[in-house]
Amino acid sequence: MTSIGSIVSLSLRSLLNRRLTAALTVFGVAVSVMLILGVEKVRHDAKHSFTNTISGTDLIVGARSGSVQLLLYSVFRIGNATNNISWNSYRTIAGRKDVKWAIPISLGDSHKGFRVMGTSEGYFRHYRYGQKRMLRFEAGRPFDDVFDTVLGAEVAEELGYKLDQKIVIDHGLGKGRFSTHKDKPFRVTGILERTGTPVDRTVHVSLDGITAIHIDWKGGARVPGMAIDADATRKMDLTPRSITAFMVGLHSRLGAFRVLRDINEYRGEPLLAILPGVALQELWRLMSTAEAALRAVSILVVIGGLLGMLTMLLTSLNERRREMAILRGVGARPQHVGAMFVVEAISITGAGCGIGLLFFYVGMASLQPVIEYHLGLFMPIALPTFREWLILGMVMGAAATTGLIPASMAYRRSLADGMTVRN
Amino acid sequence: MIELGNVRFRWGSDAPLVLDIQKLNVNVGERVFLEGPSGSGKTTLLNILGGVALPEVGIVQVNGTDLTRLKSRARDAFRADHIGIIFQMFNLIPYLSPLENVKLACRFSRRRHALAASKSSNTEEEALRLLMRMQLNEAAIMHSPAFELSIGQQQRVAAARSLIGSPELIIADEPTSALDHDVRRVFIKLLFDEIADTGATLVFISHDPSLADQFDRRIKLTDINKVH
Repeated sequence: MTSIGSIVSLSLRSLLNRRLTAALTVFGVAVSVMLILGVEKVRHDAKHSFTNTISGTDLIVGARSGSVQLLLYSVFRIGNATNNISWNSYRTIAGRKDVKWAIPISLGDSHKGFRVMGTSEGYFRHYRYGQKRMLRFEAGRPFDDVFDTVLGAEVAEELGYKLDQKIVIDHGLGKGRFSTHKDKPFRVTGILERTGTPVDRTVHVSLDGITAIHIDWKGGARVPGMAIDADATRKMDLTPRSITAFMVGLHSRLGAFRVLRDINEYRGEPLLAILPGVALQELWRLMSTAEAALRAVSILVVIGGLLGMLTMLLTSLNERRREMAILRGVGARPQHVGAMFVVEAISITGAGCGIGLLFFYVGMASLQPVIEYHLGLFMPIALPTFREWLILGMVMGAAATTGLIPASMAYRRSLADGMTVRN
Repeated sequence: MIELGNVRFRWGSDAPLVLDIQKLNVNVGERVFLEGPSGSGKTTLLNILGGVALPEVGIVQVNGTDLTRLKSRARDAFRADHIGIIFQMFNLIPYLSPLENVKLACRFSRRRHALAASKSSNTEEEALRLLMRMQLNEAAIMHSPAFELSIGQQQRVAAARSLIGSPELIIADEPTSALDHDVRRVFIKLLFDEIADTGATLVFISHDPSLADQFDRRIKLTDINKVH
């Protein structure tokens, strides 16, 4: 066996001998690794999912509020609209010559925690995500009847829904807190392919459907004594009075600023039009401080973990002087003695990274649904990416460097002590 | 085997002389009793013979090699290959079994690894053989950690380690001072028996003159070290 092999096996045996402190140190490193991986994952996936959710839409129009807020509630289903906009405003703007298409959006109801979105059939033709990808149907087709619904991939998978199944929409947001529209069930006519965007977690119905289920409601409650059944509803005029927002595609993107100005100066009611890309930039700016703070905290936690390891290794220096002297006695060089500490630092951190990775995946698996539900953030669980390996690599590099501190002390002591421990 | 000539040593350039030995010769195969009270420079001499410390002047020939001409790396390798050392106490790495402690000496020396393997079928067999020679034959002792052994047993494991791979020189630094009187004699006899087989030279450092009669020659460190 070579000397280096001996040093590695001796280091591991030595760690095993101090397994309690070693295990605690490994645990400390693991927690810090889990944290930094988690923070980086959230940071990266949040950005990725935001950037990927919308493409090919030139403008988003809603009631006047903040541009980030409009972007968040209309596209990402985060937060709520402060106000609706009138159907007439939508019709006027959608009818402009320079507008190629317009997709109305009506939000406010939910189904078992998933948001329900009323829209037009044009949504399935014009909406684009990622690199200008169209929505595709895994099964079935777009809605046709008033009480048809198209489910996002996640909704269908999580709730185990199949085509032709009947579902009931809850009034308002929040899981089953409120009353339901159980008198007017919807039939699943289509299930979309997975997109990795909030579309996956959306229940799509027609605007008519949204009007229909609220026809005998007023101010958030059922009108007493008024119950209009589904078939009767079908015969009524279901044109909505208002919608939440709408997305606009233009013939020429060059005209975007003119349309934008026209909408923002619209006389009928206060409207806000935004360019999704510009609003995203604004969102990044808002997030960058928090992002930097999060990152700094996670880096500090890793440093804390490594300091814990350093403390452990330095503490062991004294109690291992005899061990070091014995090794010198059988011919080990001072470099060998020093190397033991680097090997120990790398072993502890290696184990910490492995366990931290495990914690990270366990944490992801258990928190992912919660994060998706509350923040609408889609975080796919995947094998470690290059970024994550890079982070682990940097932690390992920092550990090896940290190990050099006790190593150099052990080296100098070993050189001075030789084969005998002088007190 | 050992030839020291005009060796002087001090810990730092301003520190007082610790060792000043005009001449010390030990022949091949000789068993020498090196007697010295504590503070007489025993430990320093041990470090010089082992190539861990370098004298400021003089030659230190061990087995025909002048250690003062070697770089520290080569001196470490030389010690690993040619010298077996038994300390006063705390000889064993506590978390290794006695068997692994014995094999440790082969880990830093290809030469001793090869010699040990050639004597028995492999180093493990040779380590076992030596441990049995040292009357440590219970299977339980072989694999349990070293710290569970009595001091007498620990010293015998240390002797086995110094002997494995047949180094030409064995240096024992007060190996019996922590042992009872009866155990001392047994220990020395076991050591002598095995050395007789390999023909190794033994330098036995002790402050206990009652053991001296068992050796070929008795050297008083206070006689040869001019500092005292």
